[in-house]
Amino acid sequence: MKEEDVKRMIRSVSILGFLLLFLVLSSIGVVLLLQYQPDLVQGWLAKEKSRNSEQISEAFQDEWTPEKLEEVGLVEGEGLQLVLANCTNCHSAKLVTQNRFTREGWIQVIRWMQETQGFWELGENEDAIVDYLSTHFAPEAQGRRMPLEVEWYSLE
Amino acid sequence: MKKQRRAFIKKITLASLASALGAEIVFAKNLPKDYLPVFLQEQDSLKALGKDSALKVLNDRPWNIETPIHLLDDKVTPADKMFVRNNGSIPEKIDISTWSLTVKGESVQKEKSYSLSELKSKFKNYTYQLTLECGGNGRGEFYPPTEGNQWGQGAVSCALWTGIRLKDLLEDVGIKKDAVYIGYHGADAHLSGDPKKEAISRGIPIKKAMQDETLLAFQMNGKEIPMAHGYPLRLVAGGYPASASGKWLKAISVRNKVHDGSKMESPSYRVPIEPIEPGTQTAAENMRIIESMPVKSLITHPKSGAEFSLGKTLEIRGHAWAGEEEVSKVAYSIDFGATWQSCNLDKPVNRFAWQHFQTNVKFPKKGYYEIWVMATDENGNSQPMVVPGWNPKGYLNNACHRIAVKVS
Repeated sequence: MKEEDVKRMIRSVSILGFLLLFLVLSSIGVVLLLQYQPDLVQGWLAKEKSRNSEQISEAFQDEWTPEKLEEVGLVEGEGLQLVLANCTNCHSAKLVTQNRFTREGWIQVIRWMQETQGFWELGENEDAIVDYLSTHFAPEAQGRRMPLEVEWYSLE
Repeated sequence: MKKQRRAFIKKITLASLASALGAEIVFAKNLPKDYLPVFLQEQDSLKALGKDSALKVLNDRPWNIETPIHLLDDKVTPADKMFVRNNGSIPEKIDISTWSLTVKGESVQKEKSYSLSELKSKFKNYTYQLTLECGGNGRGEFYPPTEGNQWGQGAVSCALWTGIRLKDLLEDVGIKKDAVYIGYHGADAHLSGDPKKEAISRGIPIKKAMQDETLLAFQMNGKEIPMAHGYPLRLVAGGYPASASGKWLKAISVRNKVHDGSKMESPSYRVPIEPIEPGTQTAAENMRIIESMPVKSLITHPKSGAEFSLGKTLEIRGHAWAGEEEVSKVAYSIDFGATWQSCNLDKPVNRFAWQHFQTNVKFPKKGYYEIWVMATDENGNSQPMVVPGWNPKGYLNNACHRIAVKVS
């Protein structure tokens, strides 16, 4: 056996040993905690639960970079996270940002989706969602026909 | 970083869209790892869907893609320039060897299924050029705004469809005397993912189902139907809102009442029977199902925004259609509707195909002009110059198409 191989074996054995020791010690720790401080453990578990819902919104934040928000036409503002979490699961955010409604109009659209498209109840979040939508995506008066938007080019 | 990227996107003009994918590599080192701008994802998607990169994605889930008007210049719309209006998700796997079409419902003598090859070989094949226009084409101009994809005027196509006549199939199945409607069922999934829900299941009255031109199509422009347009089998009911032409067709229900599938209910694809004040609502009983689409026309050449010198004779051309009717006249105006001159107008190649118009225009002096075009159908109905009667879902905007030109 070469000296190098022996060295490698010793290293592996010692790593394994440390791992075992760590496992045994942490198990003892958990058992002791459960025995003497059960409230503390329950507190942690509860925290873990609420963190899960935070993680969900964090996941949305990860996915929704400022660049991506800009591309689909969404703007920062109160209620944005709720809109992302509730209004982009089934359809594209672009379907939201193409549209313009008053508060009543947005509520009507939500009711239509709930009645015919299987959309869930929004509960206490509805107000914040409708506020966001009717603030940032409100109708602008445009009359019976708008002037043409023109990109000029030279025609031979 | 953000600024750089914005600048990069601003630099991309419509004309250089095609090279956008190449540009991505050049700027790759500026982009965060694993981050692909939506803009470029969209270009990839358009490519994957077989679409021209200049088409406009209104919505990517479900796919709703609009064609810029000047790209509709072809007499027969090619696949890469055909608008897409989907209500659900495009089916992921399609096995044509096991694909079958079932004809069922209260008003069939007996439920019957056919394989794809059986359909193709058992019945005579026909080819028609058929106009398909989204009922919501032009929605973006309604005020107050109405809910849905905010289409400009490019949600229309007229391709060559090959298939069998629906009436031949219904005759083979045997339908009862009380049949009044047929409804379609496709393989596209509802956006909510609920397998019990159908994304869309609309239909047509029996009188439409029995027309010679109403096809169960398996070819578009002589090739298999592209995936986004209903491969391997779809209904094509020319002249009706395109939503009546069900894609990825799996079944047809022959009904003894008006079909009650998804998006047949009010206010979907319905308009008020008695006109209503803009922004107001009306009872479901005052809404009728849209059948034949209204008269309409588009200037497909030149593209809006042309600048040229005084003295040039400008050729304008485009298409006109009128749902189930024929267009009898197309006129244009260069003075905001004060005076109108008529265009040369071709007869349709067959019923429900759009018609081509063409004329040469001269301009009296330098300046800004709008060319307006107005078609009139054989019943004397023409296009309004302003947005027509408001309706709760923003359907049937057939206001005249306008292009801008500058004479210098």
